Amino acid sequence: MGIKWDEFFVTGDPLIFASQIGIALSLVGAIAGITYFKKWNYLWTEWLTTVDHKKIGIMYILLGVVMFFRGGVDGLMMKSQTAVPENEFLNAQHYNEVFTTHGVIMILFVAMPLLIGLMNFAVPLQIGARDVAFPQLNALSFWLTASAAALFNLSFIIGGSPDAGWTSYFPLAGKEFSPGIGNNFYAVALQIAGAGTLMTGINFIVTVLKMRTKGMTLMKMPMFTWTSFITSIIIVASFPIFTVALALMTFDRTFGAHFFTISGGGMDMLWANLFWLWGHPEVYIVVLPAFGMLSDIISTFARKTLFGYKSMVVSIVLISVLSMLVWVHHFFTMGNNAAVNSFFSITTMAIAIPTGVKVFNWLFTMRKGRIKFTTSMLWALAFVPNFVIGGVTGVMLAMAAADYQYHNTLFLVAHFHYVLIPGVVFPIFAGLYYWWPKMFGYMLNEKIGKWHFWLFVIGFNVTFMPMFFLGLDGAVRRAYTYSAETGFGPLMLLSAVGSIILAAGFAALVYNIYWSARHADRNIGNDPWDARTLEWATASPVQQYNFASLPEVTKLDAFWHMKKNNELQPLSEDEVEEIHLPSNTWIPIYMGAVFGISGFLLVFEWTIAAGIAALGIFVGLAFRSFDYDEGFHVHKDEISETERKWRKGGNKGVKNHVS
Amino acid sequence: MKKSKLFLVSLTSIITVLLLSGCENNMVVFNPEGPIARQILELINFSIALLLLVTVVVFGLFAFIVWKYRERKDNLDYEPPEEHGSTALEIIWTVIPILIIVALTIPTVKTIYAIDEIPKGYEDKKPLVINVTSADWKWIFSYPEQGIETVNYVNIPEDRPIDFKLTSAGTMQSFWVPALGGQKYSMAHAETQLYLVADNPGSFVGRNTNFNGQGYAGMEFEVLSQTQEDFDQWIKDVKETAPKMTLEEYEKMLEPSHFGRKTFSNSHLEWVDHSDPHSKNYTNPELYDRGHGWPGKIFEDKNNYKYKNTDSNNSETMNQKDSEAEDPNGGGHSGH
Amino acid sequence: MSAKVNAALPLEYQTEQNRMNILGFWIFLGAEIVLFATLFGVYGVLSERHAGGPGQSDLFIVKDVLIQTFLLLTSSFTMGISIFEMRRSNKKGMLMWLVFTLLLGGGFLFMEIREFINYVHEGATMQTSAFLSSFFVLLGTHGLHVTIGIGWAILLIIQMLQRGLTPVTARKTFIFGLYWHFLDVVWIFIFTFVYLRGLVM
Repeated sequence: MGIKWDEFFVTGDPLIFASQIGIALSLVGAIAGITYFKKWNYLWTEWLTTVDHKKIGIMYILLGVVMFFRGGVDGLMMKSQTAVPENEFLNAQHYNEVFTTHGVIMILFVAMPLLIGLMNFAVPLQIGARDVAFPQLNALSFWLTASAAALFNLSFIIGGSPDAGWTSYFPLAGKEFSPGIGNNFYAVALQIAGAGTLMTGINFIVTVLKMRTKGMTLMKMPMFTWTSFITSIIIVASFPIFTVALALMTFDRTFGAHFFTISGGGMDMLWANLFWLWGHPEVYIVVLPAFGMLSDIISTFARKTLFGYKSMVVSIVLISVLSMLVWVHHFFTMGNNAAVNSFFSITTMAIAIPTGVKVFNWLFTMRKGRIKFTTSMLWALAFVPNFVIGGVTGVMLAMAAADYQYHNTLFLVAHFHYVLIPGVVFPIFAGLYYWWPKMFGYMLNEKIGKWHFWLFVIGFNVTFMPMFFLGLDGAVRRAYTYSAETGFGPLMLLSAVGSIILAAGFAALVYNIYWSARHADRNIGNDPWDARTLEWATASPVQQYNFASLPEVTKLDAFWHMKKNNELQPLSEDEVEEIHLPSNTWIPIYMGAVFGISGFLLVFEWTIAAGIAALGIFVGLAFRSFDYDEGFHVHKDEISETERKWRKGGNKGVKNHVS
Repeated sequence: MKKSKLFLVSLTSIITVLLLSGCENNMVVFNPEGPIARQILELINFSIALLLLVTVVVFGLFAFIVWKYRERKDNLDYEPPEEHGSTALEIIWTVIPILIIVALTIPTVKTIYAIDEIPKGYEDKKPLVINVTSADWKWIFSYPEQGIETVNYVNIPEDRPIDFKLTSAGTMQSFWVPALGGQKYSMAHAETQLYLVADNPGSFVGRNTNFNGQGYAGMEFEVLSQTQEDFDQWIKDVKETAPKMTLEEYEKMLEPSHFGRKTFSNSHLEWVDHSDPHSKNYTNPELYDRGHGWPGKIFEDKNNYKYKNTDSNNSETMNQKDSEAEDPNGGGHSGH
Repeated sequence: MSAKVNAALPLEYQTEQNRMNILGFWIFLGAEIVLFATLFGVYGVLSERHAGGPGQSDLFIVKDVLIQTFLLLTSSFTMGISIFEMRRSNKKGMLMWLVFTLLLGGGFLFMEIREFINYVHEGATMQTSAFLSSFFVLLGTHGLHVTIGIGWAILLIIQMLQRGLTPVTARKTFIFGLYWHFLDVVWIFIFTFVYLRGLVM
């Protein structure tokens, strides 16, 4: 096959050209740097082949933060383009690509990796386990996600980006109206990422069901573990639908099948249904773990146990059930009959009931508490008012008749940003500040953290509040330009200014990570927040095997009660036993690479080459099948030594630095 | 810290109220020009009032709790009580949202059914049928009873229900005239339906809200509401003066492009009704040029209007490069 | 991970890791049910959209479908016997029945591929109509699962010969058995909703 290099690489746009050079230079720089500092071995043995849930969690978070930058740049480009009427910063095609990648990346490569990363890190610790049920599978999940993210991000410099929106509605996304290969990147990369996510779901269901420590019944689990568990169930129930939808999309686009095309009897409405059958549960997949984090964080910093624990559990279960029954509300205007629209209006509004219960429970957790305004808690607090705005506008949109006026306008865009940013991003930030000391053994700086917080929250409101009004005035989403007569100019400009403040907030986070890594105090003990759940019973950073002896639980907020009742005994020598841990493995990263290469070839519709590359997948599976590695044991002496070190250091001279 | 928090909270709510009351007069959704838009607005206003109340209560409770139970220098030794919940309270805040949702559900369902029908008070007026066909990136309006056709504008008589029958020649679009009522999708090989009524003569903006490619942002049309006499006169003028459209012209029109208004004294319905599931497809994949990137395969469609070959077993794929040679200026949009 | 062995349980359930793997696989089968349910849904929506191409009754040959059904159903039965022999610690019998299972599965695959080739020769390809697209993808997904299953079982047989019957190999074979029975159940649905319904209509 003769490759036309000028079509292979995306050419003709200075911004993209600059990025191509930037990416090439940073790749060369990274490789040179690692080689110069002789870190290849360290990287390979400590990170790339690891099966440790904590390290995998950290790699997920790193991926999420990097992708947040990419998605954020996309967002900024959109805002600069629409800041003034008839702007010519981006043309229609480029704008279409940018909002498509913005949406896909923010949902699937920012929200998902960050949440799954935090789940990976915290859930096994919270239930007193030494790892997840299937550590190798866990590594495979990560490498598939990372490989998919790499493939998807490649699109804007090689081959061309997808440009049919993150929903990629047919027939637009089909070959009849989008003949380039851009949307193949969407179909293939999300397929790979989805496979990884499905495995995570299975892994965490089994982990939570089977690996809880002695005494931790389901109703004594921390709320984050509960929500991660329910989220995993939704993942298993909904991701296969997306798998099918994407596969059919691939058949349509690459092999000329007729699932969603307008030719050959295909049905475009089928795509919308399949997409949202997955897509709506997906919203709860990202929101529920975030709710769980908020519960744990609010409870910690109000120094009170969670109010209405049981009704919280019932609420998340109800939300997860309802999440499967509302997908039609994404297209009330598709000509459904009135009965259908009424049904889905009611189910959608019904979600407000368990959500309302949760909000009140959070408020009453704080009542009679002693609220400490750490950065982490500020994020959790900011969630409440902002998310309420997202929630009530959600109810407005759920009213199908009224939705006839809101649908596809900026009102809708404002609504889902008011749900996803306060509902997912704020809690993620709260979780990062909260668990950072557990991950790295030092805390993120509180002062810079507060800059991060205020810039981000104010920037967020300034960016998205005007969009409600623009939408009600008839401004539609995804339009790359508008005329001056529309009168949208001033509010659009305000919104663009807000996005700059928002970006400054993100920059503050990045600076905070840098500053804290360099200068933060390392002597912080294992429980800097005076927290309540088991992860704080381990060292900071957590020792390789998590718990020298597995704790026994009698109550909710187990660690808190251990502290109160002085049950935290020093570890006696005879309690120490050898600990069995799984070995590192090269197979997950190899599989990630093979999936990436094979996917890349499939994107370019070189199907035979893709098929040959896919044989590598089966080679990997065969290696895994014949792999009888039993893992290794951590010796008693090593455990005693490790435990002595942090337990001694943990008791004296620790600065309690929470402002 | 908490002061600024409180400040932010109250600021947000104040801005909301101010903007809602201040801008109400300008925003199109709040200025209905017909009974259907008015019905929807009533529902919207009711929901805003109720939900604003909810918001204010939650914000107030939030501010109060966060302020009252904040950590201060003088309460550092206060240890919060063990408290696991309160069945009574939890029932209360389950029941209240249920009541609110029920209160919202009843008018919602009523309005959903109402806007599917000809609005009250107009039942005795015979609706004017207009077939709307959306294509990349223009709106085609056919008046089957009058036998005329307009592109990118539509004239309607005031005070008379208009029965819009929507379909698409290609991508999925959404037909929206916010001043007159809600929107509905138009889809190929399918028909959706929407009633709209205008109270008075006037000009209203209509547009596509469902993203459909490069020309999406410009896919607007004008709805001109006229008195019945003016409307009849206009029909008469069109029939007398407007040119007749030819099939070739129509096929050319369905290629991806932008242009201004057109008026014809006949209608494309005589050749093709795109809402018919068995109608020919008017797709032109080779004309969608994204300007960069790797070209993918495109597939032959034996039901396409260009397909003159009767050998229907031939399912070989056509390569874009070959077809590009036929039309080097592909992508009529680039000049826009 | 726990190496604790509970000898009172059947071989495949004896270690905690084995129990977790089996539970995990059940959950995976749950995901597979969603996957196939979606494909059935798609087929249900598109099955009447022939776009001028051949329909169900033009294509389906009752005799061939019955043979396929017979082969796959029998293979599920032999798989069951194989697990039964495994529980009796009869490695030889277990392997023998497993090989039978594979042969029957191979026969099924041969029939299915022959059927597809026939259709393509009659001009009924995935590109012909929405009905055929959904037909080929639904059946192809099932066929792909059978193919992967056969490859998987060959790996297991090799391991069984190398290592004998251990908790690990027993667990792997047991899980493969679950998978194989699941494919059989899916086929029953395909037989009913695709072939029988197609021939009746």
